[in-house]
Amino acid sequence: MAQRAAARHPRGEKIAAPAKTTVALRVNGAARTLDVAPWTTLLDGLRVHLDLTGTKKGCDHGQCGACTVLIDGRRVLSCLTLAIMTEGAEVTTIEGLAQDGKLHPLQQAFIDHDAFQCGYCTPGQICSAVGLINEGNARSADDIRELMSGNICRCGAYTAILAAIEEAMSKGARAGDGR
Amino acid sequence: MNNFGYARASDVADAVRQVAADDGARFVAGGTNLIDLIKEGVARPSRLIDITHLPLDRVEESADGGLRIGALVRNSDLAWHPQIEARYPLLASALLAGASPQLRNMATTGGNLLQRTRCFYFYDTTTPCNKREPGSGCSALDGVNRMHAILGASEHCIAVHPSDMCVALAVLDARVLTTGSNGERSIAFADFHRLPGDRPELDTTLRADEIITAVELPANGFAANYTYLKVRDRLSYAFALVSVAAALEIEGGTVTEARLALGGVAHKPWRDRAAEAELTDAPATPESFARTADILLREARGFGHNDFKIALARRAIVRALTQAAAGTPQSQSDKRIR
Repeated sequence: MAQRAAARHPRGEKIAAPAKTTVALRVNGAARTLDVAPWTTLLDGLRVHLDLTGTKKGCDHGQCGACTVLIDGRRVLSCLTLAIMTEGAEVTTIEGLAQDGKLHPLQQAFIDHDAFQCGYCTPGQICSAVGLINEGNARSADDIRELMSGNICRCGAYTAILAAIEEAMSKGARAGDGR
Repeated sequence: MNNFGYARASDVADAVRQVAADDGARFVAGGTNLIDLIKEGVARPSRLIDITHLPLDRVEESADGGLRIGALVRNSDLAWHPQIEARYPLLASALLAGASPQLRNMATTGGNLLQRTRCFYFYDTTTPCNKREPGSGCSALDGVNRMHAILGASEHCIAVHPSDMCVALAVLDARVLTTGSNGERSIAFADFHRLPGDRPELDTTLRADEIITAVELPANGFAANYTYLKVRDRLSYAFALVSVAAALEIEGGTVTEARLALGGVAHKPWRDRAAEAELTDAPATPESFARTADILLREARGFGHNDFKIALARRAIVRALTQAAAGTPQSQSDKRIR
């Protein structure tokens, strides 16, 4: 029985680069196109092709959560998402949360609670918290801790992050969710 | 990343045709494991076949009173599905014990079955690994093997299967439905994953030209007496050192049916029919549970750093069976183990 485990091409042998594919999607409410290779991640598409550098590249292996964005309102890891697979998607990044010059309630709560030191994980933390509130499964502080566990903060601002999310939840924050 | 081509499958037959025509091609759906393996240089597919547009994303009643879960149902959608929460809370609990919310929003049912081990040496392309490069040797045998197998390992590989969901599916006697060039198959869960033996590069019995289309659950979800207890280095977002899925039927203090599977201890979710038989018709007491654990672990063997897992597994089994018998399943939010 042949199996897929052995399927691979020899190390170092480059496959001829296919022509780039144009992907049409919406980012923060605006129609955008990306001309990308199959292996371009959504993270690189956002940062390099669209100059939306708010989304951060932390580990680039799906372990830290810094690259969290919302696709069709659901939080996902843009470092493990191929841009070519996001045709027609509605992507929301940290740049798309403020509306009409007014910060998203979670952004304001992070400021009010000083929920960061270096700030590198913050865009991912906030996008993840928007997703958490959209999902509507958090009922307690324990729930929030568990459901935010995909976002690592090396400065250790977790106590303040929890307080910021609790406050935003208690105020019924939802703005900017679906887009 | 290494370069690769990309194509979309228009339907299941097209997906099978495309993967059968190119032995370097791989299916991609959630991508949470495969994209990472490509970045690491561990997987080097020539082409990815995107199956996310196939109509395999529904949870439906099956003819025998169970549920049929489409291969593309996302882990989070499955965990919070009303029918899963009500009838198969063990599966919901195991799903919520795994990965992070972002990963669960991406990862699919079929992809979870095909997760590859997180053995450090499998990921480290500068070291020998029989699973990654057959015949090169096993670095974990005499290396850092804290996370590794205590049951069913071989001299060629001591890696463990990383999934939580699969441990619950093993207990529930799920079946894996596939379609290939030669038609459809329904594979018993116990026969889907394999032990390493002398072919550790093979994780499963899925054929190269087959696609997983669904997972079927039998009618009995053991919703009254179950638990999923996961012991790990961090309280959340970490792979299991040992996990235990337990499901019991109890009448008047006597166990009438016992199901038990362990995660984090073997190359596949570990079930032991002799241990389950020992518990059947026995009183639901700590003494019975300890005897069950002793039988299940009778051939357990450590490799140095992971010796502690044998005692840990014994205690986790007793605790899980106690939780299941009492009808007080482990919470995946409040982490206190009671």
